[in-house]
Amino acid sequence: MSEFFSMGGYGAYVWPSYGMAALVMVVLLITSLRNLKSTETTFQRLKAEVGPAKANNNEEFSDGDEA
Amino acid sequence: MHRFANPTRFLRIAAAVQPWMAGITVLLFAVGLYMAFFTAPPDYQQGESVRIMYIHVPAAWMGMFCYAAMAVASAVGLIWKHPLADVAAKATAPVGAAFTFLALATGSLWGKPMWGTWWVWDARLTSMLILLFLYVGYMALQGAFDDRARGAKASAVLALVGAVNLPIIKFSVDWWNTLHQPASVVKMGGPSIHPDMLWPLLIMAVAFKTYYVWILLVRIRQELTANKVRILRMRQVHGG
Repeated sequence: MSEFFSMGGYGAYVWPSYGMAALVMVVLLITSLRNLKSTETTFQRLKAEVGPAKANNNEEFSDGDEA
Repeated sequence: MHRFANPTRFLRIAAAVQPWMAGITVLLFAVGLYMAFFTAPPDYQQGESVRIMYIHVPAAWMGMFCYAAMAVASAVGLIWKHPLADVAAKATAPVGAAFTFLALATGSLWGKPMWGTWWVWDARLTSMLILLFLYVGYMALQGAFDDRARGAKASAVLALVGAVNLPIIKFSVDWWNTLHQPASVVKMGGPSIHPDMLWPLLIMAVAFKTYYVWILLVRIRQELTANKVRILRMRQVHGG
């Protein structure tokens, strides 16, 4: 097992490479997902405030169940 | 294609496709990482350090692929004023920048034990660094205008001009005498790399690509929803 982690003496280069890639890609994904969720929450709240009657007049604001 | 290019329809399709992309990405990474660490052999010259390749090469390919995608989307946005094109270009930029950064950082971690240095001003390395700066410049320029349309236009022009860097990166290892090794996968006469190393590399490359599609769908959905929020806010201010 420790042989696997030592990577033939290159562990200090191999593991940081994989660690950094995992960190950057996971953080980017999570921030993107969170951003989407919070924007969608804001949109639903505003739509309710502005008034569903007005919002529904516009195809752009439907939830996408048009034919 | 125009059927899918309508933003409302796109939103619906993107929401449906997204979980599939997530599943495929996780599966491909599981298989790719297993092969990269357990079935792929150590290199006869570089030993175990060669395993950095399975991150470094896909990240570098995606850094370039994202830039090409961004340039094409920018061109479509400029010429046909397509509403989704600018959004797609904008959503791609931070992802491409992240891939390019990872290519540079993992390359540095690979260069230290193999070349004896973290960095050299070699043509391949320098042109990749310029690619990172192009992404950063694109994002900065986009945010520098109060008028969003003008920001989109200016950054689209930058994306197109910067595209000249892509062939320079690709052929830098042939045009100049570089420390970086020449191409061994995408080249005339087919790959010169052993299948035991080529397969994990290709699977990791596809995993990086599906990751990009996944995150792109999320970011485009966010941008389109943010546009709707802006319109509603404006309507609220003007009293309907």
